[in-house]
Amino acid sequence: MKEPVVGRIHSIESFGSADGPGVRYIIFLQGCRMRCKYCHNPDTWASQKYESQTSEEVLKKALRYKTYWGKNGGITVSGGEALLQIDFLIDLFQRAKEKGVHTTLDTSGNPFTREGEFFEKFQKLMEVTDLFMLDIKHIDPAGHQDLTGQPNENILDMARYLSENKKDMWIRHVLVPGYTDSEEQLKTLQAFIKTLDTVKRVEVLPYHTLGVFKWKELNIPYGLEGVPTPNQEQIDLANKILETKSYL
Amino acid sequence: MAMLESQAWEGFEGRQWKEEINVRDFIQKNYTPYTGDESFLAGPTDATNKLWGALQKLQKEERAKGGVLDMDTDIVSSLTSHGPGYIDESLKDLEQIVGLQTDKPLKRAFMPYGGINMAKQSCEMYGYTPNPELIKIFTEYHKTHNQAVFDAYTPEMRAIRKNKIVTGLPDTYGRGRIVGDYRRVALYGIDTLIQEKEKDKANCGCGVMTDDIIRQREELQMQINALKGMKEMAQIYGYDISKPATNAKEAIQWTYFGYLAAIKTQNGAAMSIGRVTTFLDIYIERDLKNGVITEEQAQELVDHMTMKFRMVKFARIQSYNELFSGDPVWATLDLAGIGVDGRPLVTKTDFRFLHTLENMGPSPEPNITVLYSSALPEAFKQYSAKISILTSSVQYENDDAMKPVWGDDYAICCCVSATQTGKEMQFFGARANLAKCLLYAINGGMDEKSKTQVGPAYQPITSEYLDYDEVIKKYDVMMDWLAGAYVNVLNLIQYMHDKYYYEAAQLALIDTEVRRTFATGIAGFSHVIDSLSAIKYAKVKVVRDEDGLAVDYEIEGDFPRYGNDDDRADEIGVWLLKTFLEKVKKNHTYRNSEPTTSILTITSNVVYGKATGAMPDGRKAGEPLSPGANPSYGAEKNGLVASLNSLTKLPYEWALDGISNTQTINPSALGNNDEDRKNNLVQVMDGYFDQGAHHLNVNVFGKEKLIDAMEHPEKEEYANFTIRVSGYAVKFIDLTKEQQMDVIARTCHGEL
Repeated sequence: MKEPVVGRIHSIESFGSADGPGVRYIIFLQGCRMRCKYCHNPDTWASQKYESQTSEEVLKKALRYKTYWGKNGGITVSGGEALLQIDFLIDLFQRAKEKGVHTTLDTSGNPFTREGEFFEKFQKLMEVTDLFMLDIKHIDPAGHQDLTGQPNENILDMARYLSENKKDMWIRHVLVPGYTDSEEQLKTLQAFIKTLDTVKRVEVLPYHTLGVFKWKELNIPYGLEGVPTPNQEQIDLANKILETKSYL
Repeated sequence: MAMLESQAWEGFEGRQWKEEINVRDFIQKNYTPYTGDESFLAGPTDATNKLWGALQKLQKEERAKGGVLDMDTDIVSSLTSHGPGYIDESLKDLEQIVGLQTDKPLKRAFMPYGGINMAKQSCEMYGYTPNPELIKIFTEYHKTHNQAVFDAYTPEMRAIRKNKIVTGLPDTYGRGRIVGDYRRVALYGIDTLIQEKEKDKANCGCGVMTDDIIRQREELQMQINALKGMKEMAQIYGYDISKPATNAKEAIQWTYFGYLAAIKTQNGAAMSIGRVTTFLDIYIERDLKNGVITEEQAQELVDHMTMKFRMVKFARIQSYNELFSGDPVWATLDLAGIGVDGRPLVTKTDFRFLHTLENMGPSPEPNITVLYSSALPEAFKQYSAKISILTSSVQYENDDAMKPVWGDDYAICCCVSATQTGKEMQFFGARANLAKCLLYAINGGMDEKSKTQVGPAYQPITSEYLDYDEVIKKYDVMMDWLAGAYVNVLNLIQYMHDKYYYEAAQLALIDTEVRRTFATGIAGFSHVIDSLSAIKYAKVKVVRDEDGLAVDYEIEGDFPRYGNDDDRADEIGVWLLKTFLEKVKKNHTYRNSEPTTSILTITSNVVYGKATGAMPDGRKAGEPLSPGANPSYGAEKNGLVASLNSLTKLPYEWALDGISNTQTINPSALGNNDEDRKNNLVQVMDGYFDQGAHHLNVNVFGKEKLIDAMEHPEKEEYANFTIRVSGYAVKFIDLTKEQQMDVIARTCHGEL
């Protein structure tokens, strides 16, 4: 009998339609090292507030919704940063694949490295992950450090690694006026995306302020106070530069 | 009948429908299933634009005048009471399909037969004074349904009515919910229908006059008179409907005349149109094939018929409007479904009716209902989902669940209840407030609001904390009482309705050997489940007032709630439904009708809530009950499809009158682009209905709704209005105004 693998679960959403193809069951995992200034789920940062569930339990619950998934839906693990719980991920996705369930990982790529134990595990994870959704928060290393408190070199490397290994991915970019929306920056991002072979979709996610109240509840000062949400022109421009329509 | 032949049937196949009144057989032998997409559809014609423009102007005036544009105060509405009426006199030649309830558009008819007081009050409410002569006639010389019912009511009936443990009893207006087979007018013409009814009358009984024979003979003659009246009514508009319709325009016009007869003579709470699309498509196909009309003209006919359905109005009183929120007619029109032979009943005309919502914009009426199955043609599902997302004006009901019970020619007679077209009628009335009943169980039949003894004076619960087994025991016997009292009062009302406000026009278009169902209803469903769950899984402390009456409850600890796909709570729901129906079935039902029940308080939940004290689930006194079979406000913690799964556990066979579920989805929650949204909505419905769920009202809110929600956050419909963006959900009304503006701006552009 296999040892049960336990995950730290922040919450679940039975009906996700914006996080991967089709209708999806979304498992939000607790804990993240990134400190993105616009984060809309800062309540998932801290690693101590969570509910423990085994991968077996999580999948069993998810499978109650199989009838809604049709041909292209399935489960998505999001966060927080899901890769911080890679053992749980591997076990959950292995079990899911045994049941023929489509698996998507929504990640910032922050824990990625081509070294040591993590890398060994990541290769195992790749085998059972149908789709990676990778957020590229900022293409410029300094800008990334400023926006998220973390470097981006390993994140871009993860994208390259997935491409080298023929793994499907979606690239997503949160559009924050004055931070991540300059034409130059978007063009650099587009150039990077063009070097990847397995990108199936590129999505522009317009910055929104709907998570700000969570910062207040948590008593954390909000770093983007006063930053406007992008207008339609800005969104259209970003979509144009990133050629998002060409993937649909 | 002897095999009929008619020039009008040139090119139509089949035999049985010519030998007896059998529209279903005609449809099966002649319709053309359509599996293609919407690309063939035509936009509105100039005439449609002009007429719709004129009608919109009238609707605006109506709103500006406080909800009523004009009222008749001098003429009692009948089939032939009014001269012809048009949307706009100067545009009347453009109207392809004609016929109004009165002589002017949106002018409400005077309909006293249900009750003269309501007719009078509804006039006075809007500043009109009905002719005193009419008041005198219907008070002194002619008894109304309302008068008759109150003559016979017992003190107990008055008490349950007054204390609102049973609410919405149709004792002052028409009971509604009877769908005539309006297609018969077009297929056979009135003369054949009269002949058949005359034959039925001649064969009614052996000559010995028992109660039921006397009643049937009288009813049949009333039906025959109504058929004759329909001919005269059509004549007023220059049409002779004695013979079968010869082309698409006539088929649509004849069918509409059948419906018009119903709404001129009855003001029921639901006046549904039924299942006409596949039928009408046969005529349209024939005309298209013969080059008689073009697609533009076909669409124009459908648009103009639909415009008429958008104009149906009745004079109502304040309390009625409160009960049913707004001005609904439930002119329900059914689309799609799959035949027993497996062929989809989807035709091009099903697309054309959906398309009216594009050609003339969204509208609550007609209440367009898609009879859904995951096996419907993919292109139709996609188009329907697209229109849903665009207009929020479509509802869905599970054809796979209903077909085994009602066959493949049923129609929805109200919001969600099925009846076999032309073969069945329904005795409908009101709902039993099972939430209040639970409070009666705790308080020994004493009403928590009025503090009077309404139910039987059983021993109340006196303990500080509620004990599950004790509550269930007391609830069980209190429900026995309520089910009995409820069926009893309905029996009385239906008896009087048959006697004083008989639906001659609709029943003339239904078989004489009619199947009758007796449709009861449940209100407060989710609150009973959550209350019992709280008592079972948490600790519920009773707060009593100075008279010892339980008036509030304190809950200690957590408990599973209905709407989260948690079997512990959901099983209580199944138990509740089955238990109540079993109790209803113990009672005699009028005219040996078959008892059914429903969980479908779509709009009346606010009024029911007002009359209901605090509940052990934490719902405060006076707060709205959640509508229909919806989970309680705020109970759903795991998202849409978890909530839907709870609904799928309720067995339709135990609630044949329907289980309604209303869900509001923000477009952004359905996907990141139009294509994804459409696909995902179809996917959700496939998953939901494949598990046997009965009904889904899909609201996909666009900009207008969001602005309204921002300006009127107090509206109950927005209480649980959740908006979603990628990986995140929040209640719209909890956001600041700025944030709401942000969401509105985004929604306006459709991409989040």
